[in-house]
Amino acid sequence: MIYFDNVTKHYDEGKPSIDGVTFTIEKNEFVSIVGQSGAGKTTLVKMLLAEEMPTSGAIFFDSININELSGEDLPAVRRRIGTVFQDFRLLPTKTVYENIAFAMEAAGRPDEEIVGDVPQILDLVGLSGKEDHFPHQLSGGERQRVAIARAIINKPDVIVADEPTGNLDPVNSWDVMNLLTKINEMGTTIILATHDRDIINALKRRVITIEDGKIIQDAKSGKYIL
Amino acid sequence: MFIVTIKRIIKTGLINFYRNGWVSTASVLIMVLALFIIQSAILANVLLTSTLAAVEEKVDVSVYFKLEAVESEVLNIKTALEELQEVASVNYISREESLQQFRDRHGENALISNSLEELGDNPFGATLNVRAKTPSQYESVALFLERGDFSAIDKINYRKNQVVIDRLASIISLSRRAGAVVGLVLLAIAMLIVFNTIRLAIFTSRDEIGVMKLVGASKPYIRSPFIVVGSSYGVVAAVVTMIITWPLTFWLGPFSERLFGGINISTYFNQNFFSIFGALLLIGVLLGGISSFIATRRYLKL
Repeated sequence: MIYFDNVTKHYDEGKPSIDGVTFTIEKNEFVSIVGQSGAGKTTLVKMLLAEEMPTSGAIFFDSININELSGEDLPAVRRRIGTVFQDFRLLPTKTVYENIAFAMEAAGRPDEEIVGDVPQILDLVGLSGKEDHFPHQLSGGERQRVAIARAIINKPDVIVADEPTGNLDPVNSWDVMNLLTKINEMGTTIILATHDRDIINALKRRVITIEDGKIIQDAKSGKYIL
Repeated sequence: MFIVTIKRIIKTGLINFYRNGWVSTASVLIMVLALFIIQSAILANVLLTSTLAAVEEKVDVSVYFKLEAVESEVLNIKTALEELQEVASVNYISREESLQQFRDRHGENALISNSLEELGDNPFGATLNVRAKTPSQYESVALFLERGDFSAIDKINYRKNQVVIDRLASIISLSRRAGAVVGLVLLAIAMLIVFNTIRLAIFTSRDEIGVMKLVGASKPYIRSPFIVVGSSYGVVAAVVTMIITWPLTFWLGPFSERLFGGINISTYFNQNFFSIFGALLLIGVLLGGISSFIATRRYLKL
């Protein structure tokens, strides 16, 4: 479903931040991308979201080369990829309800669906009753759950989570991981970039380990090896 | 779907206008300043034009006739003048009327009225007051009278007034041009300030725009609410400007009438209330909308 074909990314002269990376992610997989800070995890994620272009190589999403998409076609692909980030990236001037509704509005969904779906999702992530709060009125864990709710509201094929537990305490981290596992069990592919040893070892799923921009291990039921 | 999208865009825009209260207030104030400058330029131009028209009204060329001139001869010249394309109007004052005007003017002066009595005869000749369409045309009117070699004409006061009339003509054309240039410069400055203010307001939203893109919102869907907000600045600013200007013109009205001798600025404002308001509304909405459109461009790039 997702195919990185010999992808290299140079930000400037000198060492590439991603160096000749090739891998495939199948439908319904739960893949962790592991590496220390600066190893190239975030660069990989950004290229998958077409926020960055590879210097060479190509990235395919369901046989679409996403780096060849025009500015008009890109939003449609992005709606098929839900995103969760370390810094949450919520819209600060919108309430919890509006943040989630915005993703549905952007996808052109009718009002009846929005009114029906948003409370359900809020219930799923355990935020019922907080729909009128603004992001700054929520704790870190709650904000991340809003971000997850927003990521799954349009029933995407893939969720990309870049260090989703990076700013959270252990209890909230496990809440978030349990949510992601549940979402994966419901049939959504998950790509998780992290350097949290405990989480990786507990998941027992596929782990791609990268160092200095290269894949050094790709294990079916991997452990944290760095 | 299209209607739903439009509805969502307008709703989002108005909510953002309200929630970013301070940014909106600052932007509206700047816009008020800009619209006020534009409006002042319009009103100043109206005032100047009416003043110049009033002054022009007072300029004319007087043709004085000899005492023995026959009335039919005077009237012939009047007809000839009226046929000139430069002439706006010709006013005939007969000998008797001249005397009467003189009497009226110096009625209280016993010495003058006594002298007139003493004289027994009417010392005044007939007069034609000629008014040209523009001050620069008096020259050709005067030339026509001089070259025509009309024996009944005693004297024409044009040569005497020529310097004043010429200067007036050049002042009028110069002040019109200067007014246009100053107005355009002020307009350009006002537009730049408004554009930069809106750009700053949108700069604070650049991260939000990035998030919206990641969530999969299309460019027009991200951009349109900003244009709605920018246009709202224009609408509110136009209303505020009118509210400020109304009492101001009311207060300045009598003053403007006395000083410039032209129209009362308050009367003009009230008579043209809706066209001035419409113009400000249009300028404000366009200025805000276009500024927002340009300012969002940068953050919408991939």
